[in-house]
Amino acid sequence: MRLKIQAWWQFFFGDSARAFGSLSVILLVCLAIAPAKDAFREWTRYQSRYVKLIRVRGEAATLQRRFQGGLQQIWMPELGVTDRCGTCHLGLKEASLWDVSTQPFRPHPPIPHSLTEFGCVMCHRGQGAATGVEEAHSSTLAWEQPILPARYLEASCGQCHSNNLTGTPQLNQGRKLLARYGCVSCHVLKTPNGQRLESTSRAPSLEHIAEKTTREWTFAWLKNPQAYAVTATMPNFQFTDADARDISAFLMSQSTPYLPAGAASEPGQAGDAAAGASVYGESFCASCHATVNAAGMTVGGDVGPELTRIGSKVKPVWLAEWLRNPKTYDPDTAMPHYRFDQKMLGPLRGFLEAKTDTDFLGSVHLEPATPEQIGHGKTLVTERGCASCHEINGIKKPDNFAPELTIVGSESLVKIVFAPGVAHTLPDYLQAKIRQPHTFPGSKMPQYTLTQPQVDALVTALLAQTERARTLPEALRVAGKRESNYRPAGKAGQLMADMNCFSCHAINGRGGDMAPDLTFEGSSVQRRWLVSFMKNPNTLRPALIRRMPRFNVTGAEAETIADYLLTVYQTPDFDRDDFDPAKFSAGDVESGRQLFYSKYACQACHIVDPQNDKGYIGPTLTQVGARLNAAWIFHWLKDPQALRPGTQEPNRNMSDADARALTAFLIKQNKEAAKK
Amino acid sequence: MRRLICAAFALIILAGCSRPTQTGGTFLAVSPKAFGAAITEVSGGKQVAGIGAGLDQPVVVQVNDVQGSPVAGALVVFRTPGGAAASPPWGLTGPDGQFSSAVTLGSSAGRYQINASTIVKGGKSVELRLDEIALGLQQQQGRVLNDQYCSRCHDTESTPERVSNHDNLTAKPHAFTEGATLNAMSDADLVSIIGHGGPALNKSPEMPPYGYTLNKGDVDALIAYIRAVADPPYRLKGLTYAKN
Repeated sequence: MRLKIQAWWQFFFGDSARAFGSLSVILLVCLAIAPAKDAFREWTRYQSRYVKLIRVRGEAATLQRRFQGGLQQIWMPELGVTDRCGTCHLGLKEASLWDVSTQPFRPHPPIPHSLTEFGCVMCHRGQGAATGVEEAHSSTLAWEQPILPARYLEASCGQCHSNNLTGTPQLNQGRKLLARYGCVSCHVLKTPNGQRLESTSRAPSLEHIAEKTTREWTFAWLKNPQAYAVTATMPNFQFTDADARDISAFLMSQSTPYLPAGAASEPGQAGDAAAGASVYGESFCASCHATVNAAGMTVGGDVGPELTRIGSKVKPVWLAEWLRNPKTYDPDTAMPHYRFDQKMLGPLRGFLEAKTDTDFLGSVHLEPATPEQIGHGKTLVTERGCASCHEINGIKKPDNFAPELTIVGSESLVKIVFAPGVAHTLPDYLQAKIRQPHTFPGSKMPQYTLTQPQVDALVTALLAQTERARTLPEALRVAGKRESNYRPAGKAGQLMADMNCFSCHAINGRGGDMAPDLTFEGSSVQRRWLVSFMKNPNTLRPALIRRMPRFNVTGAEAETIADYLLTVYQTPDFDRDDFDPAKFSAGDVESGRQLFYSKYACQACHIVDPQNDKGYIGPTLTQVGARLNAAWIFHWLKDPQALRPGTQEPNRNMSDADARALTAFLIKQNKEAAKK
Repeated sequence: MRRLICAAFALIILAGCSRPTQTGGTFLAVSPKAFGAAITEVSGGKQVAGIGAGLDQPVVVQVNDVQGSPVAGALVVFRTPGGAAASPPWGLTGPDGQFSSAVTLGSSAGRYQINASTIVKGGKSVELRLDEIALGLQQQQGRVLNDQYCSRCHDTESTPERVSNHDNLTAKPHAFTEGATLNAMSDADLVSIIGHGGPALNKSPEMPPYGYTLNKGDVDALIAYIRAVADPPYRLKGLTYAKN
């Protein structure tokens, strides 16, 4: 063995000439390693495959001219983008490769941004600088930035866009859910422009809870809110029986009366439930409150709480006072003050009190609470952060109760403690955290009842909260809609607050989207109509199921509101008295009729003649001459979106003459005037 | 001794070089208890979802025998194209002869054809093809615009929550899924009828123009959505060049 080695040594390094020759060969081989490695790089294979692919296509000449070999890089230091994805993804900008389905050569689907201005990793994440397939994409290894799975891709839009985009329904819904389900009551979450996301659902104050409900109901609710109401927003804290017993004891003990002693009016007898059902229907309670019907379907709105088992929850005295005027119990409630008279109150109470469920409270038997139990209850309430959402006597709203989520979308994986069985990626962690928070050791987060699309939406919204989003150049940020804190003034302002107009209507950037925006309502409607509508709202849009309820206002109240609306909420763009209806000729009216039925086919969506017209998407126009001003009709026809952004009626690009003739025809639609 | 160490060293290096082996071909962990003659769709075909997302409803198929009555215990296998996945991908039919699986779509927009097959007597298999539709950003935008502006008339289904105006119109609008009609219209035709209304193509003025309400990107998005949901599927006719 040793002899053999010595022989080899002699052969290669025996004398200086042999040694020089051998060393030179070794050196050359070493030098060749680097170029060889370069020549056999992964991406060169893709480039030669691409060249072969385009050679046989019809538009080969164009594609070949546009093909550039070698490493391709997009570098934007101000965005922190160094992308070499184009080295292999060669067909990204070649729309003519639409039928190519194999990666990496597919063309990029159309997006509103230029690929060269934003690069790839801004949206898709991954390692932009990598030139190997594994390194660039890998979502299996714990890269800091693996490729973002397609189902959460909308998150990337949210990094710059704090507003609602049409193309990102999932992201928009996720943001809405974060605010609706109280996530942001415990977690601080700031949008990229530094604005804190505020909760949109207000959990009820518990300062007077003993007036409203029983300890037994509180206990059962704490055990499982969804057993009481499937649509309940409060999550399940998975309290043990003992914990729920102690918390309910504490909540009852801290409760104070909300009315001075003796101030509660005598509730009287609850009336006939059947008659109450029609009051419930006529008052459009279902626009805000849901109930589960006999078929097991949840019917109604989600502004107020579900009422399926309300009779098992509230105390009759409280319910009577609440229906009479909800503002006495909760001045900030979204529920309007309905001004029901005694004839309506009794039956309505009867109807609601009959909505009981004996199973729900059947198994709850609580002994009177001991001071230790109350003390323990208080500790639990503090520990679980109940005061983050609810107002409770003697407990302050905790600050930073839960971890801040402002940059959770770029959270480093090494900092995350994964529950067993959860894949080591950020989206999977967030999914698991929302779906099964209790599997994470030490987690205080409660259990939500969310559907899979809702969880996907939430994860999408959270993934948009990245460090990159926070450090973007100011010019790239698109601000979200900022809720204004507009409040109308004076007597009318008080009435509008009392009836909570803003729960459904928006004015000057504040309010709900269930009903039309009233910012320019004063330019639109006639005083007589508005006063009578306030007193007794009739149906304007047959296709809608959510309707304006009757608030039983007095004539004076209706006039106060009407006068305020007509004076304050006008558009600066035209004067509502610009058009004198008397000046329209019979010829104008006739040509308007023809335009209505033939050229513009308005009957597709509106009804003027109830006998023949059928369209019911837009408001019924049989009485439009008594409802709207001629000037409003004219300007509305010219450009509806200018007066009410987002309205369904399309802009028809009408000439002034056509709009004038149609206005003449429509303003004549007024039966009362015709009778006189 | 030295040789042994060398061998061990070489082995360690070799082991280090080898890639982790991936699980080989699919092994069906179940064997059929019964054999059907045909496989039919119960529900879950032609669903629309965002790219990479799970479908709202599970895909349910049923295995029947020659008489057309359901067969319990027949093996059903779902094969999904690249990127899409079915969970569980295979299984036996229940007592009602049905098998249901949750499907997740792949990461690129377009159609995903799911192949559901069952083994019949004699070892052959019959299969059923189900199309599912994945929407990308542009189509998703089109879907939202469709909900806002179009579906009130173009959606023939009326629900209590959202009544349809379809039946109130003298000229009945085509549902966007009517590929037979809409696939024959070019993109340019669709741009004109959306932008300038029905009269632009000698059709009813009950279709109003949206060209002054929607911008070009919106109209393109709507067309992309209409093309995505068409049934039969829309096939883009590319230009054909002479080959040299």
